[in-house]
Amino acid sequence: MIEFKNVDLVFGKNPERALPLLDQGYDRDRLQSETGLVLGVSQANLKVNKGEICVLMGLSGSGKSSLLRCVNGLNPVTRGEVLIEHKGEVLNFFDADHQTQREIRMKRISMVFQKFALMPWLTVAENIGFALDVQGLSKEEIARRVDAQLELVGLTEWRNHKPSALSGGMQQRVGLARALATESDILLMDEPFSALDPLIRQQLQEELLQLQSRLQKTIVFVSHDLDEALKLGNTIAIMKDGCIVQQGNPQDIVLNPATQYVEDFVAHTNPLHVLLCGDIADPLTTLPAKDDHYCIDTKQDCWFNADTGAAQCQHQTITVQRWQEGDSMADLKEAPTLVSASASFHDALEIRHRTGFVVLVECDDRSLKVIGDDQLYRGLLGNLG
Amino acid sequence: MEAYKLPLGRTMERFVDWLVDSGAWFFDSLAIALEWLIDGATDNLLLLPPWLFIAITGVMAQWLRRNTGLTVFTVLSFLLIWNLGYWEATIETLVMVVCATSLCVLIGVPIGIAAAHRPLLYTLLRPVLDLMQTVPTFVYLIPTLTLFGLGVVPGLIATIVFSIAAPIRLTYLGIFQVPKELVEAGKSFGCSNRQLLWRIELPAAASSIAAGITQCIMLSLSMVVISALVGANGLGRPVVRALNTVDIASGFEAGLAIVLLAIVLDRLLKQKHEVS
Repeated sequence: MIEFKNVDLVFGKNPERALPLLDQGYDRDRLQSETGLVLGVSQANLKVNKGEICVLMGLSGSGKSSLLRCVNGLNPVTRGEVLIEHKGEVLNFFDADHQTQREIRMKRISMVFQKFALMPWLTVAENIGFALDVQGLSKEEIARRVDAQLELVGLTEWRNHKPSALSGGMQQRVGLARALATESDILLMDEPFSALDPLIRQQLQEELLQLQSRLQKTIVFVSHDLDEALKLGNTIAIMKDGCIVQQGNPQDIVLNPATQYVEDFVAHTNPLHVLLCGDIADPLTTLPAKDDHYCIDTKQDCWFNADTGAAQCQHQTITVQRWQEGDSMADLKEAPTLVSASASFHDALEIRHRTGFVVLVECDDRSLKVIGDDQLYRGLLGNLG
Repeated sequence: MEAYKLPLGRTMERFVDWLVDSGAWFFDSLAIALEWLIDGATDNLLLLPPWLFIAITGVMAQWLRRNTGLTVFTVLSFLLIWNLGYWEATIETLVMVVCATSLCVLIGVPIGIAAAHRPLLYTLLRPVLDLMQTVPTFVYLIPTLTLFGLGVVPGLIATIVFSIAAPIRLTYLGIFQVPKELVEAGKSFGCSNRQLLWRIELPAAASSIAAGITQCIMLSLSMVVISALVGANGLGRPVVRALNTVDIASGFEAGLAIVLLAIVLDRLLKQKHEVS
């Protein structure tokens, strides 16, 4: 668990003198022009639960990396608290004494860097074991953990090469393995995939999600790419000029952008992989109805009976089929299909394309909704709600 | 204008006099220790027969560089020096250079590290370093002479003053240029300041520091003739003697020996990827 409480971060000489000015309502530009101090982060409140990935998202200079670096004290906060769990109790990193802070850095928190930050004079295996060597672990223990990490990231054959012999993607795998080797439960990732080619980036995103499903780390991930944030994040915090302007789960961000800034980001994302059927479906009651029968297709004259769960097309009865995540799309018949609210928008679109019929959505409260062409188009265009 | 001349020179002279009076015991014991060190090392190396020394150097050159051409050149150079009759002087110069460089590294590298960590210190240090490299050697040779007396020690001190700026500057540069991300990575994994220095900064700056040491050796070697003026032994002495007697033949031979020694040291010690 990590919790930021009212974190202010000011860069410059004697940053404390900025605090009274901030309380008077100075913004970033005014503070800089009058005192020369740079406001990195202002009044950040954020909680990251155990086993979650929280993505800090924003343009460069928005303070996302600065906030990330507060967690392990690379940037000392000017005011506020950064709470983490250590030895069974919750403590503020900046209240801890020097020795405890070092211990937290060694065992609780590890970090992955944008430009990899591998030591060019060490081999891949030595790089992965670097943090363990700093801790003074025995040679056997280091060798055991390094072997396990090499296996995990699939670089066993490269163990005795120098990082310069590896491609960017492989180097970042080494960076990840180095961070995982400490077996710490908090992982800070500072734009780890930004320096990589798009294909390699996607591949590493997938690998990270796979690792996360097994290891359940608490991850704070910095990114300037909303697509990446939406793909990886359980929660996303969008930052602008040092402030968190919106935080929520990916669907929240896409469906209810809080400000124009967030909306601009969302306008350039692909909603197919973010939205769920529950987000785009409309209640059956919005359809033309006649005696408990809802018209789900006017051209084919199809009517759906919500009570019996049966459909009639041109007076012939058709069985509504069920589809769940993991089922094969090829087995779908030409008939209306019932899916759960957590199926993806992408799935709904493909089912509509294959079956030629609407997609019915069963919500968590067992009520039914519908995704017809209208809902699909509006979802694609981002005009929901 | 000259009627009221500022007493700069006088003041300096008084300062040196004061140093000589009050610090005699210190400078004398320092001179004795350094002289004992240099003479001892020279005498011991001269116990080795020249052919054995040359053989050992050849093997080391081959092991260090794996370049047969360079090894052959090294062995031939030393054989030529032996043949010309400058064997003893060459060993004396070699010891002097090694001593001066070791002292420069021992003093200069820590100063360079400290300067890289404290911007204010480097601001203060920079004019001093510039001064040490630009003031003509003879100017500080005079006070060193009064402090340490004739012999090998004033030459050694003058050599150190002249060449210590190289390791200081290049150590500073190397440490200063360590990528910020590497230092952050070290910190984030819990390195103490000492671990940060030994495990990140020094290895990352190693090639720059090595370049500083190579440069220091070359600068020390360039001081042999000047050291000879104040009584140091070595290859400088035949050059000075040749100058006094206008002896072209031995001046050329001694000069050639210095050049050969310089080329051999430079080629053996230079980093592979270093840009001259």
